[in-house]
Order: sequence, then structure tokens, then C-alpha cells
Amino acid sequence: MARYSILSLARNALTGHRDWPELWRSPEPKPAYDVVIVGGGGHGLATAYYLAKEHGVTDVAVVEKGWLAGGNIARNTTIIRSNYLWDESAAIYEHGLKLWEGLSRELNFNVMLRQRGVMNLAHTEHDVRESIRRVNANRLNGVDAEWLDAEGVKAFCPTISISPDVRYPVLGATLQRRGGVARHDAVAWGYARGADARGVDIVQHCEVTGIRQVRGRVTGVETSRGFIGARKVALVAAGHSSVLAEMAGLRLPVESHPLQAMVSEPLKPVLDCVVMSNAVHVYISQSDKGELVLGAGIDSFNSYGQRGGLHVLEDQLAALMQLFPAFSRARLLRSWGGIVDVCPDASPIVSKTPVEGLYINCGWGTGGFKATPSSGWTFAHTIARDEPHKLNAPFALDRFTSGALIDEHGAAAVAH
Amino acid sequence: MMRIECPWCGGRDETEFHYGGEAHIARPEDPDALSDEAWADYLFMRANPRGVHAERWMHAQGCRQWFNVLRHTASHEVVAVYPMGAPRPDHPETAA
Ligand SMILES: Cc1cc2nc3c(=O)[nH]c(=O)nc-3n(C[C@H](O)[C@H](O)[C@H](O)COP(=O)(O)OP(=O)(O)OC[C@H]3O[C@@H](n4cnc5c(N)ncnc54)[C@H](O)[C@@H]3O)c2cc1C
Ligand SMILES: [Zn+2]
Repeated sequence: MARYSILSLARNALTGHRDWPELWRSPEPKPAYDVVIVGGGGHGLATAYYLAKEHGVTDVAVVEKGWLAGGNIARNTTIIRSNYLWDESAAIYEHGLKLWEGLSRELNFNVMLRQRGVMNLAHTEHDVRESIRRVNANRLNGVDAEWLDAEGVKAFCPTISISPDVRYPVLGATLQRRGGVARHDAVAWGYARGADARGVDIVQHCEVTGIRQVRGRVTGVETSRGFIGARKVALVAAGHSSVLAEMAGLRLPVESHPLQAMVSEPLKPVLDCVVMSNAVHVYISQSDKGELVLGAGIDSFNSYGQRGGLHVLEDQLAALMQLFPAFSRARLLRSWGGIVDVCPDASPIVSKTPVEGLYINCGWGTGGFKATPSSGWTFAHTIARDEPHKLNAPFALDRFTSGALIDEHGAAAVAH
Repeated sequence: MMRIECPWCGGRDETEFHYGGEAHIARPEDPDALSDEAWADYLFMRANPRGVHAERWMHAQGCRQWFNVLRHTASHEVVAVYPMGAPRPDHPETAA
């Protein structure tokens, strides 16, 4: 792998930047691999990277039905934080945030992490009590967290309105200063380049259509480019997880929904933090290009359509107008949708399955971007050792049978 | 936005309706007799197909009646509307 540095920049400048190597190869799939990872999104690529880097497992293919990073990894609003309520969640998301903090150096690829602070607003007495409880829980878990009153919110984010004359006035907010945003494409490309350099084959335009098993053990995957044998198969298909699980005869507790987002025209810098509100339901940040990046909740119905209803966007914009009346004149540039796999307890599944050699990573729903590094890191461990790491052991598929759910609905202000 | 045909009020915008998730999940007659796996399957496991899905809708801002719908989850096309309690109608794409 050609390392990026000031020297390589200068050297390539001499040849007019025409000779930069490709970030990854596009090999034909081999007849068989140790591990086939299904899904070339952020989590699949991170899994491949850590399999190679941490566990020396390099006979690996990532098969992706579309193009690399065309799914949710490139459709999300990139909010990163680790201030979840329960111990299990705090541990896995905080591990992710720590990995984020070293990721540009680790990958020799600028993922543009900007830790500009994430505020979760409180609008009711109940919100306030739950938020302060969460701040305390976070601190006990070593996750940075602060409680701001309304004046503190205004001081941290001067553009926001804390007027008491609205239906749900801002009463305060939790603040995680280490939270922020990153560049979604760069994360996927950085992991892909790092995995490829360690020998992982990234095979695009290759759809998995079946999962072959012999006596309860996987032997490979049927694909649009033929059968590929594998000792281990790892499903990381986000919104399409149920479709793949069904190929192996498994039922999952997840349902697929559209989640939409939108951006405004680029504006001068007006917002240098991330603001999230569950009660009036919108979240917003400003991208480096100056666009306001907005999102909120899922469309209610099951869907694989990668699009949703306009009324869902209207609701988010109404919420935005209450919090930021100044943005009422901004024009929207575009909106889009992704398909998210939502779990009943709003927590992910990173797990072995009843089929030997088959592993599944799904259920991150509306909030898995922030966990891209720790999802890949723990899943790689699970695949390589055939047992979960202690960080993802609580996130096993069998928690729905044992009843040990990790209920992060609302508790963690878990829109994202 | 989808248009949904309420069996009582006729075609209305999606915003008048409330979504009720997968249809035909009957509460087990005798939960105490179930294994943990069967109980988990009833409570949490869902078909979630990419294709025709049997689901419940309620006309929240109209007659407030529940009814069943067969809808394609990729095209969002509604292919059948039928009453609560009625069996899932045959549809070429639903033979599964
Ligand atoms: C609008 C939106 C906003 C979001 N905002 C945030 C946020 O602010 N913060 C946050 O933390 N999270 C957010 N998320 C959630 C986050 O994007 C996801 O949890 C995460 O990206 C999912 O993991 P992934 O990157 O691997 O998924 P994906 O990129 O979707 O990867 C899955 C891949 O599997 C492939 N695949 C599917 N079926 C097959 C098959 N049969 N064969 C081969 N390949 C297949 C798909 O083509 C896809 O590329 C948001 C999501 C959306 C849609
Ligand atoms: Zn009606």
C-alpha cells in the first residue's frame, strides 16, 4: 500500500497527480475463501480490516451486490457519540469512539473526524430527569457527559432558540464534547484500502442469492457470479439482513424501514456542534461544505424501497423551525433514504448463529455509523475465535430468547 | 406518499393511517406451555420480507377501523385489502 504523506503528495505533484495508485484492486472472486463477508458497507469493510489486522485472517472476500459503500454507510448523517444509558451499550459505543479517535492515523486515511460536541436536548420535566440520569450513568462508565441548563445550551450553540413561548421549550441538554461527525465515504474507503492491502478481496457487483449448508454447517454462498466456497460466512447486510438470514433458514427480530435525511444549500458557518432533539424530533449539524444536514425518525412501515414519504420530512422541518427559526429561509437541496434494520430493543446483534460457521451482524438500525469501528472490531473477533468478545457477548441473537434485552429506546435518546 | 384504500371510507393518503406491523400473528392460546424459543418467535421474530408483506393498518383519522393489507415492500404497491380475521388472500407473489 502506498502510504500517504507530505512526501508522496509532493512526488505525485511532480507528475500532475496522474499516478496515484487505486485504493483497492477489483479481483475476480476465487473459488473459495476462509471467510466470506456479505455486505460491503462500513461494518463489512471494518470487519475485513480487523480480521486481517488483528487476527491475521487474510483469506477473506467482501462480496457486495452493488458498489462499495453505496448503502447506509454513504447515506447517514454521520453523528458519532457514545453516551448510551446501559453499561453494555456504553462499553461497545465508547470502544468505537476511542477507535474513531485514532482512526485517521491507523488507516493512514483522513476520516475527517470532528469532535465538535453533541447536544441531546431536553424539552419536558421528564426529559430533564432522564437526561441527568443518563449523564450520571455515562460518567460512572467513563463516558464524558455534562448537563447544560437552557442558558448553557444557548452559550454552547448561539444559533438555537431557547424561547419559552413554544410548545416544547428547550429546558437543557446533555453534552458529549467528544461526540461529533466524520466523513462517511472516507471511513468506508479507508477500511477498504487497509483491508485490500492486507490481502482481502473486495468483490463488487456480486449479489449473494443463497447460503449453502451441509449438515448444519455453512460451506459457501451462491452469488450472481457463481458459487464461492467458505469455511465461515459473515452476514453484514444492514437493511437486507432478514433477506439473507432467510436464505439460511433463520428468522430475525429485525424489521426494515426507510430512514430519510436531507441537506440544505451551503451556508456560511452557523452551527459548529451537533444538536439532537427526540421530543420535537430532528437532529442537525453543518457539513464542511456548509450544508445543514438534517434527519429524524423512520417511516413507520416495513420497506426496502430506499425512499419515504414527504410528510416525514415536513415533520422534521417543523421541528427545526421551532429550534432554529433563523433557518426558515434556507433552501433544501436534496433528500434521500436508506433502509435500516430496527431491533425491538434498539440495540444491535453481533453474534454467532445456530448454523455452524455462520455469523451475523445487524440491527444497528438508525444508529450504527458511530459504531462502524467497534462493530467491525468485535465481529472480527467473533468470527476469528468462533466466540464473542466480552464487548459484544451481550449483543447475541439469543438475548431475545433469554429475555436479557438491552433496551435503549428513548433511554439513550436513541435517535442516533 | 402512499394511497391506501380503507375498506369503509375509500382511498385516502397514508398520513390518515396508523401502521400496525405484520399481520396474522396470533397470541398463543397457552403461553405457559410454550418453550422460550416459541415465545421469542411470537414476541420478536418477524418475516420482514422483501416482497409482498401482510400487514395491519388502522384508519386513525377516519373510521378508526383496523384492516389487513398486502403490500409490496420494495414498490410500496398495495395489492390487496381485506378484513381483520380473514385469511391471507392468494396472490401470485405470495406463494411462499
Ligand atoms: C438516513 C440515515 C441516517 C443515519 N444517520 C446516522 C447517524 O447520524 N449516526 C449513526 O451512528 N448512524 C446513522 N445511520 C445508521 C447507519 O448508517 C447504519 O447503522 C450503518 O451504516 C449500517 O452498517 P453498514 O455501513 O455496514 O450498512 P450498509 O452500508 O447499508 O451496508 C450493507 C451492504 O450490504 C449489501 N448487501 C445487501 N444484500 C446483499 C446481498 N444479497 N449480497 C451482497 N451484498 C448485499 C448492501 O448493498 C450494502 O452495501 C443512519 C442511516 C440512515 C439511512
Ligand atoms: Zn376508514
